[in-house]
Parts: sequence; structure tokens; C-alpha cells
Amino acid sequence: MSDIKKFMYVNRTAPYGTIYAWESLEVVLIGAAFEQDVSVAFVDDGVFQLAKGQNTTELGIKNFSPTYAALGDYDVNKIYVEKESLEARGLTIDDLMDLKYEDEDDDWAEKDSIHVVTAAELADILEQQEVVFSF
Amino acid sequence: MKFAIQVNEGPYNHEASVSALNFVRAAVDAGHEIFRVFFYHDGVNNGTRYTTPPQDDINIVKAWSELAEKHNMDLVVCVAAAQRRGIVDEGEQERNGKDGNNIAPGFRISGLGQLVEAGIQSDRLVVFGD
Amino acid sequence: MSTLHTVNKSPFDRSSLETCLRLAGKGNAVLLLEDGVYGAMKGSNASGMVEKAMSDVSIYVLGADMKARGVDESKIIDGIKVIDYKGFVDLTVENDKVNAWL
Repeated sequence: MSDIKKFMYVNRTAPYGTIYAWESLEVVLIGAAFEQDVSVAFVDDGVFQLAKGQNTTELGIKNFSPTYAALGDYDVNKIYVEKESLEARGLTIDDLMDLKYEDEDDDWAEKDSIHVVTAAELADILEQQEVVFSF
Repeated sequence: MKFAIQVNEGPYNHEASVSALNFVRAAVDAGHEIFRVFFYHDGVNNGTRYTTPPQDDINIVKAWSELAEKHNMDLVVCVAAAQRRGIVDEGEQERNGKDGNNIAPGFRISGLGQLVEAGIQSDRLVVFGD
Repeated sequence: MSTLHTVNKSPFDRSSLETCLRLAGKGNAVLLLEDGVYGAMKGSNASGMVEKAMSDVSIYVLGADMKARGVDESKIIDGIKVIDYKGFVDLTVENDKVNAWL
């Protein structure tokens, strides 16, 4: 079994205006099969990717936001949202999707995957990572 | 050191591909190994053999193909991103019923797993993008 | 662990440099390349933010991208080191990982 590395996927773009949000999610999902120690961070406009109530019907393109709910099933449950980015955009955690995972180490108890962290906390988390993917 | 390189943008529209090319050349000159260069998002457009840039400017696609040949470098174009943007090799042409293919020499089309694997197997991942 | 952060966009165009400096760890290195080299200039609206950060991080700028844009070394903030691509490679080796702020 090869070494497990701490992987961090950083998301800083809004959804739909560019493809980075969706195509980065595809990497996270495929990457889950490689069983690394995965974290995902949402910073700056990236926080908008987790907004509730996305509806693309009138635009005529795919609404990929339901895919975030699947992250828990892929063992991706360290989802960090920067507090300063939320506040700058007038958002709170209540504006975001409710992402959950089942903790196999705690009798499959359902827990929140999203952790709102300050810039200082996120800086510490980033410092611990070994590989950082940017999109 | 073993490097994995991720290129997120196509030739000419963004500087990313040129920055990546220059970085890769410097890394090779310094004696390092390039484990893989993975082209994602519009970066897949670096893999078409049909560009005809002006004679007095860099031929970005050719520069990558030459690097691949000279150093046996692994240049991978992401299949999902390539399908969206129309970068096709013979296998994809047949699988998806296209009337031609356009992949440039030295490039191969493969899955996102190749990017993740490169992140695991390399010592450093360097990303060039918008 | 020390990180090399790269910033490739102008601070007047994107918030990438600002976000990078907000999230970079003490003792980290920051390399300005491509349009990011404009963040190295003295006397701009971004200079204060960059000068302040220099007490926590080391800042480098890619000479090839400065020259391309006609940004002379005399115009950049004191203490920012101009490096070439070889220096860029060396920085990636000396630090434990690279974090690209696009």
C-alpha cells in the first residue's frame, strides 16, 4: 500500500460562470478512489459553489450542485469554508447546502462535512497539506 | 525531484502553457525528472496538431511534442475535458463515431486518475492556470 | 513544512494576491509570475499590502515576466528578489509543496 498523502483541493471560483467548479469536483470524485487523506477548501467566490437553491433550468445547462451531497459517500468529509470569504459576500452557513457524512468510527453517526474556519485556521490547515490542486 | 505539472489553459489564450513549458525545461536542465504533465480544462487544447501559429512566434504545441520526444515525457490530456472540447485520438474517434482525430504527437488521452496518481507519485505538483 | 505560493494575476485584476497573503503561513515563500509581477511594483495601491506581508513571507518575482512587461527592477519594492526560471525550480525544491493562487 503506497503512502497516504494529505491532498487539498482549493476552490476559488463561482459556479457556472466558468467550468472550474464542476471540473474540480470531478477530480475530487475520481481522486476518492485513491484513498488519500482528502480536504477540500472553498475560498473567495468558491464559497458560492456550495450555495443552496441552484436552479439551472432556464439557462439550459446541467445543475451539478447535487453532486456535492455525494462527497460524504466518497469519504470526502473535510470541507473547509473560509469565514472571511462568506462574510465578505454577506453569507452565513445557513445559505450553504447541508453536507453530511456518516462517521464509521462513531457508529455511522451522521455529521456535518462543512467546517467554517477563519483565515488563520485555514492557513494552518493548508500548511499541513502535502499536495495542493488548484483549478 | 520528481515533478507533476498541471496545465489548466490552452495555448496562446493564457500564458499558463508557456510558463509550464519554461518551468519544465528549467527543471529538466537542473537534472530533475518530470513524472507527468497533465492537461486539464482548456489545457487539453495544447494537444491538437492543427494549430498554425504565425512563423515569428512560438509554436507551443510543437514545443510540447518536441519535449515529449526528446525526454520521453508523459503528456496526458484528460479524456473528459478532451471530449468536451473536441481533442480526439484514434481510440476516441472510433469510440465516439467521429470522422477524424487531431491529437498532436507526444500526447496521449487518459483519465483524471492520471492526475491524481501523479500527485501521489511525484515529490512536487506545480499548477499553471488562469 | 514550508509552502511556495505562486500568484500569476495582477492585484488590480484579481483578489488572488490578497487571498494568498491572507492565507500564507509565516515563513512561506511567494512567487509573483505572469501578470502577478505587477504586485511587486512600488507606489501602487497594492504596495502597502505587499510591504506589510514581507514581515511574514519572502517574496520573489520572475524576471522573465517583468522584462516582458517592461517592469524595470528599479521600480519594484525593496526586498523583493528577482529570480529566473532556474530560481523558480530551486524554490519548488527548497519548499515542501507549491500552492498556486490562480
